[in-house]
Amino acid sequence: MPQSDRSAQISALYQEMILDHYRRPRNKGELEGADASVVMKNPLCGDEIALHVAFDGDTIRELKFSGRGCAISQASASMMTQLLKGKSTDEVASLRGRFREMVMGNTDADSDTAMGSLRSLSGVSRFPARVKCALLAWNALETALSERTGSSR
Amino acid sequence: MSHRADFPLLARNPVLHYLDSAATSQKPAVVLDAMREFYETSNANPHRGAYELSVAATDRYDGARSTIARFLGIGDPECLVFTRGTTESINLVASSWGRPNVFPDDEIVVTALEHHANFVPWQQLAIERSAKLRICETTEDGRLDLDCLRSLLTRRTKILAFNHVSNALGTINPVRDIVSMARELSDAVIVCDGAQSAPHFRVRYDDLGVDFYAFSGHKMCGPMGIGGLVGRRSLFDAMVPYQTGGDMIEFVHDDTTTWNVLPNKFEAGTPNAAGAVGLAAAAQYLDGIGMDEVLRHERELVSSADARLREIEGVRIYGPPPAERSGVVSFTLGDVHPHDLATILDGDGVCIRAGNHCAQPLMRRLDVSATARASYYVYNDSSDTDALVEGVLKAREVFGHAAV
Repeated sequence: MPQSDRSAQISALYQEMILDHYRRPRNKGELEGADASVVMKNPLCGDEIALHVAFDGDTIRELKFSGRGCAISQASASMMTQLLKGKSTDEVASLRGRFREMVMGNTDADSDTAMGSLRSLSGVSRFPARVKCALLAWNALETALSERTGSSR
Repeated sequence: MSHRADFPLLARNPVLHYLDSAATSQKPAVVLDAMREFYETSNANPHRGAYELSVAATDRYDGARSTIARFLGIGDPECLVFTRGTTESINLVASSWGRPNVFPDDEIVVTALEHHANFVPWQQLAIERSAKLRICETTEDGRLDLDCLRSLLTRRTKILAFNHVSNALGTINPVRDIVSMARELSDAVIVCDGAQSAPHFRVRYDDLGVDFYAFSGHKMCGPMGIGGLVGRRSLFDAMVPYQTGGDMIEFVHDDTTTWNVLPNKFEAGTPNAAGAVGLAAAAQYLDGIGMDEVLRHERELVSSADARLREIEGVRIYGPPPAERSGVVSFTLGDVHPHDLATILDGDGVCIRAGNHCAQPLMRRLDVSATARASYYVYNDSSDTDALVEGVLKAREVFGHAAV
């Protein structure tokens, strides 16, 4: 691939919106009274995220994250917490699927307005080594949801 | 001078700046040719057949051992056991010497500077044998704290394991000082991880004074999947085999088996003969350049990279000064995560490693989750550093100067 194309992809990856969420993460911190807390690690880079979720029936009432990581993982976590607050677990499952498709390179998902600011992460699909970073918080969320399903049985 | 033209992958990618040789080196054409030539002219199972071709394969395999032994200053080539690499070599010692000789309340001393390959096998051995794992701390600038080491070594120390050169920081450890301290204060078996020293400067095993020395072929211009363990004959002879199977036996009776002699005793199964032949070609290639020249070349590049990176606001370099390091520059840039830095550098064809470098205990002590690491070898030149510096400046721009 010509270097100029690669440079354009780098610019598309590190958009202002992503850097803003990296620098000023939303919903970062601990959550009192969380129903589920999940720690997820990326052993490749040593990054670690803790996701805390509080439910109200089938709805996510509140979610926060803590930990440290790269711009991609932190921005993904920050945007995810913004988007999913107040969503039902069904909506969450659907959005999680859409996001996964988007970072894997599905261009339909990347024009889905329901994804909100998360669409700015579509550039990750060009960097297979970084897809894991974008999915870290979402994988934590998946575990949190399944833990909840398990405990409510 | 750079030897880039000798390396087909680099010759094919003129804009590639490969700065990850501490992870694995590129391979010169002479190594690839030697392996192909082995398969085309001498391929048979060594030590098996009475026919001429098998004898030729055996000769090539044994010849490779002698060449590599000469390269590493090993007087007795039979004390060089081929393995898959450093990791397997260290596991061999932990298993075959460690298990029968380490008892409850014995102590194993490792250092905080280790690669997981020279840390986890000892940690697990200690757990298994109810022994104590003692960790020698590092100084602020990434050297081993020799006072700490002195305080840890006692007559209870059964094993001392440390690296010759740190893969994460490039620190060159004072092997002779460490060995004389260990001999004075303990009866420990001394294991040296040479994965990062064998490729980068002249190593004479017989002069190092350590009991075991482990190394990998793929970091020294050789193929992946071949490396070695050098040890004292008296220790090897007293050890139980690591793996059992073909080639490592003498007589197999229905209820018992006797072992072959060194080095076969520790080489169960069909050996990686082509790998050994490739590694011998790599040793000859490096000898042709001269290991003193390899060191000089890398040090020149690293000194310059170190100085130029330091000029960039926000850059922090880990480890001792360049004169005490091998070909590594480990650094961070402000709050830019090393992974993001590596991605941005990759955009300009600069390959560096970002992460914990398989050295999580060290990263915790440095209080970072990761660093960026540029590592140099014989094919690098100042244009690689130009690209590295440019890429770091670009990352600074992408992430905004204010935060750095």
